[in-house]
Amino acid sequence: MSADHLPEHPDFLWRNPEPKKSYDAVIVGGGGHGLATAYFLAKNHGMTNIAILEKGWLAGGNMARNTTIIRSNYLWDESAAIYEHALKLWEILPEELEYDFLFSQRGVMNLAHTLGDVRESVRRVGANRLNGVDAEWLDPEQVKELCPILNISDNIRYPVMGATYQPRAGIAKHDHVAWAFARKCDELGVDIIQNCEVTGFIKDGNRVTGVKTTRGTINTEKVGLCAAGHSSVLAEMAGFRLPIQSHPLQALVSELHEPVHPTVVMSNHVHVYVSQAHKGELVMGAGVDSYNGYGQRGSFHVIEEQMAAAVELFPIFARAHVLRTWGGIVDTTLDASPIVGLSPVENMFVNCGWGTGGFKGTPAAGLTFAHTIATGAPHKLNKPFALERFETGALIDEHGAAAVAH
Amino acid sequence: MLLISCPNCGPRDETEFHYGGQAHVAYPESPNDLTDREWAEYLFYRENTKGTFAERWVHSTGCRQWFNMLRDTVSYEIHSIYGMGQPRPDIKVPGQRSEPDKPGEFTQTGEFGQTEPGLAPGAPTTGVPISGATAPTSSEGV
Repeated sequence: MSADHLPEHPDFLWRNPEPKKSYDAVIVGGGGHGLATAYFLAKNHGMTNIAILEKGWLAGGNMARNTTIIRSNYLWDESAAIYEHALKLWEILPEELEYDFLFSQRGVMNLAHTLGDVRESVRRVGANRLNGVDAEWLDPEQVKELCPILNISDNIRYPVMGATYQPRAGIAKHDHVAWAFARKCDELGVDIIQNCEVTGFIKDGNRVTGVKTTRGTINTEKVGLCAAGHSSVLAEMAGFRLPIQSHPLQALVSELHEPVHPTVVMSNHVHVYVSQAHKGELVMGAGVDSYNGYGQRGSFHVIEEQMAAAVELFPIFARAHVLRTWGGIVDTTLDASPIVGLSPVENMFVNCGWGTGGFKGTPAAGLTFAHTIATGAPHKLNKPFALERFETGALIDEHGAAAVAH
Repeated sequence: MLLISCPNCGPRDETEFHYGGQAHVAYPESPNDLTDREWAEYLFYRENTKGTFAERWVHSTGCRQWFNMLRDTVSYEIHSIYGMGQPRPDIKVPGQRSEPDKPGEFTQTGEFGQTEPGLAPGAPTTGVPISGATAPTSSEGV
């Protein structure tokens, strides 16, 4: 066996245009969500006179830093609907974008280590099935069969008591996903403007009419914010607040290994999630650092704890080495669900609060956010994810419910 | 890892502490009079400052006392530690971020997790008196 062969690094797939004086819509943030939003604005709504403004380089924030897990096994109906729609889009996007970003549906396993875990997991499998999401409950022997390197013996602190399994879930090459969207956006006429940081907004009363940037002022009828960990900073510039706290979320990779890990394994209780990248690295992540932070790095004890968890579950990892660790800034909400919808400023729209799980939601975020920007009203999938839910109390509380790793 | 100078116990590893989020958020004076919007603000909305941030920590595996901290959320540098119930110190932080990052610039400035070197328990930091064991820890009161 050998690791998968990766395609050659592509030539330039998009232009680097100068910003125009005005656009019909401006998307702030050139990560996965910004790119997907621009793509669906152009494709589904015919809005091609639009720009993506990126303060650094394309897809260099959380899009370059996530652990690429894609799944839709969320507990609540609203979440299952939007994440399952995303998964269905992931299944067709390589063909639609004419770019194979190596979406590998190798399944995702969420381990249960306590009786409470088992009960919650079995409940979630039932809820998933009722929502049309593929889900199975596996006993420890079945877990071992699917992932032979997992330790299912009872000689560890929290033995594996079973797992939920979503066969259609998996991983994709995050940078290729960004390139796929960027190339199509560019073909459709979208201006992708890098090294262009937004420094303020121009408003007429409560209506946004333009964006101030480090590359000049740009007039626009509509603004969509896709800035993840920096959403609060932009909202403050625009004169409103968001119920978001930005935290560092760290991940790490080992050196390259022969394929040993056939699926994706997540454990909330022992607290680590692990897959093996196409090239062969073991990719791991866990929870956020507890403190607020914008520094794209976190504390080492967080890395140490997730490695300890990984070695406990996968004894053969004890001989692997950490090659690299890094952090991204994630935008967490108190109900662990995103905010996609209108903002208190007219013609300004927010897509944020995806927290630790934004990558998997990329296509659905783009589809629904584009709909919201183009029509001025939410798509049925993102309607429950409005900012107002924090006022009405209609929270979508996925904390602990959705196999969300925190 | 942050090295945090507990006002009572001195410098200890971050793993001994728990984070308490934004400091100086008072419980509403008349909770029954609040609108839904005001309740939402109290329950769910907190400052998410990029820069110097006033926050609470508790020394959960030490003296178990709460205290406040001024910390830069970009460099993670700790500027000041002060007691519960004390107002946020008005300190001038050298090299404080007053402008947004330049485009493309890495934001990893400053020493990671650095507190003032050699800080003894109860010693002042950055010119702000730490009240140490005699700190009025009774209530938030702000």
